[in-house]
Amino acid sequence: MLTIRELKTPLIGPLDLALQAGEAVAISGPSGAGKSLFLRAIADLDESTGHVALDGTVRDAMPAPEWRRKVAYVPAESGWWADRVQDHFAETSDLPNLLREVGLADALPWEVSRLSTGERQRLALVRALQTAPQVLLLDEPTSALDPPSVDLVETLLKHQLAANRAVLIVTHDPGQPERLGARRLVMDKGQLTAGAGQGAPA
Amino acid sequence: MTGYLALTYWDLVAASVFLLLNAVFSIVLDLGLTRTLIISALRMSVQLILVGLVLKAIFFAGSLLWTLLAAAVMLAFAGREIWARQDRRLAGLWGPGLGVAVMLVAGTLVTIYALAGLIRPDPVWMPQYALPLFGMVLGNTMTGVSLGLDTLHTSLARGRRDVEAQLLLGRTRWEATRPFSRQALRSGFTPIINAMAATGVVSLPGMMTGQILSGVDPREAVKYQLMIMFLLGGATGLGVLGATFASVWRLTDNRDRLRLDRLNGGSR
Repeated sequence: MLTIRELKTPLIGPLDLALQAGEAVAISGPSGAGKSLFLRAIADLDESTGHVALDGTVRDAMPAPEWRRKVAYVPAESGWWADRVQDHFAETSDLPNLLREVGLADALPWEVSRLSTGERQRLALVRALQTAPQVLLLDEPTSALDPPSVDLVETLLKHQLAANRAVLIVTHDPGQPERLGARRLVMDKGQLTAGAGQGAPA
Repeated sequence: MTGYLALTYWDLVAASVFLLLNAVFSIVLDLGLTRTLIISALRMSVQLILVGLVLKAIFFAGSLLWTLLAAAVMLAFAGREIWARQDRRLAGLWGPGLGVAVMLVAGTLVTIYALAGLIRPDPVWMPQYALPLFGMVLGNTMTGVSLGLDTLHTSLARGRRDVEAQLLLGRTRWEATRPFSRQALRSGFTPIINAMAATGVVSLPGMMTGQILSGVDPREAVKYQLMIMFLLGGATGLGVLGATFASVWRLTDNRDRLRLDRLNGGSR
């Protein structure tokens, strides 16, 4: 589904990765290894060179906003440009369901300034899912969550995988790749290597 | 010019008595303002006396070339001022270039329109009209543009995450930066809007005062002032709009990325 070959920025790469529909890949590695930069480069938020394609269509063949709706990147800390939560969401029919799935059914009228970090993380994920992306690039989506909320988010992600979406997740939670059935990769000094553990490298 | 009363240089020295009194207060109260106060007053005196001599020479020569040269020098100073008033500036030639280019377009357009269409001196570039008019247009546009750009650059640099959050949801660079460009446009427009609202109630505008002091009928002076205010408002608006959108264009790229690497500085 998502094909990455020789992806390079001044700080990371060259990196190769192939993600199949319904597949999850987990990347771990020390801080500063370039995990977030890798996701930013895939989302075309930073300049990069190399071949990046979705279902055979190269990234540059479509406008960047369209690419980012299909390959959605959720950073570890998301931006909130308006005062109220609801101003950050489109009014789609699946919104109430998505909010319920992350345990924040009543969050729309809230003020952003009063959200906890964990609430922001879950809302940012919902916001990204609204564009119906085919690939999710998630940067530590559960780092600030309590165990019940982690369960909710992981269940949501498994539903996404079951709906044939691909998930590339950066995580420091050692149990998370296994719970998501994800192939493990390790990033160090801007390079990717296959990690030990469950799930064989493709 | 019936009621015009000329001043001697001794009158000016006498007029500075109150300023000197302030300097004395500053020393007595240990405010530490004496130095800057005296230096700015001296600097202003030298600048204005020189400008008087230069204008006199240009008016006397009555040459298009010298008029254009004077206009170019004014433009360069205004461009430098815009550059200096920004905390964060566009990198490279864009930094000084954007201000100069915007004022060249907006200022020249409005000045030429006013000269050729409204005031109609003969010749149309007559320096007695062209240079003061161009100076007023530049001065006001400069204030608006520098405020607008300073606001835009500071808020974009601080709001990077907010802009990128919108880009990530598939919005274009123009949509994602809209809260910031709106903010920049508002602060760029504020001085001229305030000036229009307060003009004539709180203070009489300098140009109008000058005309009245030199014996012009107040109703005529008001007409001139209104025309000038409309022109200034128009030029400032064009300048602020142009500068803001040009800067947003420069600080993003055609793949809808935010390019803060094209911004320098930042000390606040």
